[in-house]
Amino acid sequence: MELVNIFVKSAFIENMVLAYFLGMCSFLAVSKSVKTALGLGMAVIFVLGITVPINWLINHYLLSENGLFHMDLTFLRFIIFIAVIASMVQLVEMVVEKVSPALYNALGIFLPLITVNCAILGGSLFMISREYNLPESVAYGLGGGFGWFLAIVAFAAIREKIKYSNIPAPLRGLGIAFILTGLMGLAFMSLAGIDFTAFLASK
Amino acid sequence: MTTTKQKSKLFGPKERRLLIDPLNDNNPITVQILGICSALAVTSLVYKAVVMAVAVMFVIALSNLITALVRNYIPSQVRMIAQLVIIATLVTIVELTLKANNYAIYKELSVFIGLIITNCIVMGRLEAFAMSNSPWRSFLDGIGNSLGYGIILVIVGIVRELFGRGTLFAGSPIQLNIIGKSNESVQYLIDTSHGWMSWYTNNGLLALPVSSLFIIGIIVWIQRSYNRKLVDVS
Repeated sequence: MELVNIFVKSAFIENMVLAYFLGMCSFLAVSKSVKTALGLGMAVIFVLGITVPINWLINHYLLSENGLFHMDLTFLRFIIFIAVIASMVQLVEMVVEKVSPALYNALGIFLPLITVNCAILGGSLFMISREYNLPESVAYGLGGGFGWFLAIVAFAAIREKIKYSNIPAPLRGLGIAFILTGLMGLAFMSLAGIDFTAFLASK
Repeated sequence: MTTTKQKSKLFGPKERRLLIDPLNDNNPITVQILGICSALAVTSLVYKAVVMAVAVMFVIALSNLITALVRNYIPSQVRMIAQLVIIATLVTIVELTLKANNYAIYKELSVFIGLIITNCIVMGRLEAFAMSNSPWRSFLDGIGNSLGYGIILVIVGIVRELFGRGTLFAGSPIQLNIIGKSNESVQYLIDTSHGWMSWYTNNGLLALPVSSLFIIGIIVWIQRSYNRKLVDVS
């Protein structure tokens, strides 16, 4: 039950993009059509869902004081985490290039840039600071990725519709995208503080 | 003869374009859409924005230079990891330097200094420019892009700090208190407790990170109404 709570919380209430503004660059750049947004969103779910548990294992068994080397190596956290993320992204890049060259071309530079998507590193760092255990970090990684996926698909759908609206020419595209994200962020602020623990316990 | 002379020119028109283009026509934030996360987080005070911009300038310029120097020795399969090691090393240098020299700013910015590693401007410029250009040109490109990034950061910071808190450069040696209600401890340049500015109250919305999204949106709007070739036609 606790796992469901973490999943729901990380996906909706503490949404990576709309509550913490992590991973904004690719969120704005790759949301022009729902199709590419779906592709990137799924890549983010995959990378986040894999890297958070892997980084948990590395942090727990290699870097912490009770780990393999019996000394505090947490100052290496940044470099090790980013190396894990980079290798995972390279894996995803190779798979996407083989499976769907069209999607590969549409994502362009933003596929390698998932590495520096703050949402991915942010996910691993939040996992550390909130002291999750292994199953919880799996739920957190998948939930955070799912929230990111939902946000970018919803945003891409809005942008596809807004193409037909009568917006002043200089505001079209990026300008209105910033303002829309701000409005979505304001809406998501109203979800802050909701907790499902009591509700799930009563079931 | 002339071609060799042009080639060896250190600062020709092409190099000048590398510095000036990112300020307007190819701005990293408003045109290339890179590095927005940190633009939202550190712009609540102008001072924080300036320190952040200088740190980012150091990291981009040097990582561009180093990557351009070693680019022919990096196999393309592991290029991202190699680039990230360079960036992470430079960010660690910045972090330790700040910690040693100015602990107050370090405490204020610590998380965001670490997040320069995942600032997409650095990685984006490495992938798009430094991997295929000479070291000197890459270095200039890094300086130009960090200036473009810094300009937007400072503009957003000025708007948020002035209208959200009523001060400018708070925390720095040249702190100014511009608008607000005067009391014994703080003297404001424009006193809003009486007189012609008495209608003004600090706007609390501008203290929230969400507000910088609206401000950047408006900056994009203004920039594109003067610079018509950037207008999105699709």
